[in-house]
Amino acid sequence: MIEVKNVCKEFSDVKVLYDICAEFLPGKTNLTIGQSGSGKTVLLKCIAGLHSVTSGDILYDGRSFCAMNEKQRKEIRKEMGMVFQGGALFDSNTVEENVMFPLEMFTRMTFEERRERANECLKRVNIINANKKYPSEISGGMQKRVAIARAIALNPKYLYCDEPNSGLDPVTSIVIDNLIKDITVEYNITTIVNTHDMNSVMEIGDKIIFIYKGRKKWEGTSAEIFSSGVKELDDFVFASERMKKIREMSK
Amino acid sequence: MGAVCAIQMAYNLQNPIVPRYLIGLGTRETMLLEFSSTIVALILAGKVGSNIASELGTMRVTEQIDALEMMGVNSACYLILPKIAAFVFFIPVLTVFSMAIGLLGGYVASFSTAGLTPHDYVVGITSFFRPFYVTYALIKSLVFAFIIASVSSYHGYYAFGGALEVGKSSTHAVVYSSIVVLMFNLILTKLLL
Ligand SMILES: Nc1ncnc2c1ncn2[C@@H]1O[C@H](COP(=O)(O)OP(=O)(O)O)[C@@H](O)[C@H]1O
Ligand SMILES: [Mg+2]
Repeated sequence: MIEVKNVCKEFSDVKVLYDICAEFLPGKTNLTIGQSGSGKTVLLKCIAGLHSVTSGDILYDGRSFCAMNEKQRKEIRKEMGMVFQGGALFDSNTVEENVMFPLEMFTRMTFEERRERANECLKRVNIINANKKYPSEISGGMQKRVAIARAIALNPKYLYCDEPNSGLDPVTSIVIDNLIKDITVEYNITTIVNTHDMNSVMEIGDKIIFIYKGRKKWEGTSAEIFSSGVKELDDFVFASERMKKIREMSK
Repeated sequence: MGAVCAIQMAYNLQNPIVPRYLIGLGTRETMLLEFSSTIVALILAGKVGSNIASELGTMRVTEQIDALEMMGVNSACYLILPKIAAFVFFIPVLTVFSMAIGLLGGYVASFSTAGLTPHDYVVGITSFFRPFYVTYALIKSLVFAFIIASVSSYHGYYAFGGALEVGKSSTHAVVYSSIVVLMFNLILTKLLL
């Protein structure tokens, strides 16, 4: 379980996060939603320890992540997998090498074992026959899937996905969403997904946190999202005229 | 560079009192002392500096550096140290190479330049040779290589934003490493000579 306690984050002069509190449970896909620039990525990177928090604390199963030293952090990092917004695959490595990289860093496996594990993960995300290709040679959807394969290579306890389906077509998006959901349930992972895509919110959201301009405005389940009564959330969910009409009709 | 040096010296030293081998000598000293280290460093600041900065900058904005950190890699060491080491290791080769090419260039120019014969030139470049000048040039080039690689890495590594910022960071890398190289040129010359 991950607990976020009163986290604030400032960059030199700009304040990005204001007093965020949240809990993320294992085996659930937790979503953070909000407009572009609302601070979702910054929050996720604070949780993963890529940004230090200005004040507040992040607890992993009750242990304070912020108070840990580098070595303890590395222990926990072993249990984290992260899918970055653009995939963040290493350009100069092949697909296979990309997935093998975390294994090389964190385990004592032999080359053959690593390759086997990498192929297992690639198969899990349905990437076949692309092992020797470079990231620039495969499509955006495939890059995202390779990034997921890399993130799950170490059997993580925590999985973070930053807008896993931005820039993808609706069909590929759903494939990726379901993949994340399945993996989460299969391995009982604590998953946090940043998204601004309402389809994924309805499809895979077990628990949803809505962030507006760096503040948490609402949390709940996908079933409750239409009746939240929070104005900013309604503006976000019913952004298009058509959605507004659908709401009128359903009333 | 050597050819231009020789031609300009010949042009400016057309005086019956001045022995003509001085042109060769002057070319050699200029090449060894200044051009082979400083000018080469400035050219490489443009090429290598922008290359390093844009590569690291791209890795930064596409979050590849964050991904490395997530996998427990100390990204600064992992990415920057090899670059500095490789450049510092290789630049003496380039410097010696540029010295040789420069002197050869002067020799070629001496065939077609009024007031300078190949023979005078060869006499010039082979007299009063001080090996320390080569050492001096090599020391300078090592320092310059370190400056270029580290300044450019800094600008790339701390890029923030998107593709535009990567471009800017590589421009900054070239500009700042050139300026720092020129400053250290003065400091080292004061210290060493
Ligand atoms: N390293 C940084 N330095 C300064 N400002 C930053 C940095 N990273 C993000 N920001 C700012 O934080 C705000 C939130 O960004 P982000 O979390 O990326 O939004 P999103 O919800 O779209 O993921 C933005 O206004 C951005 O400019
Ligand atoms: Mg984002």
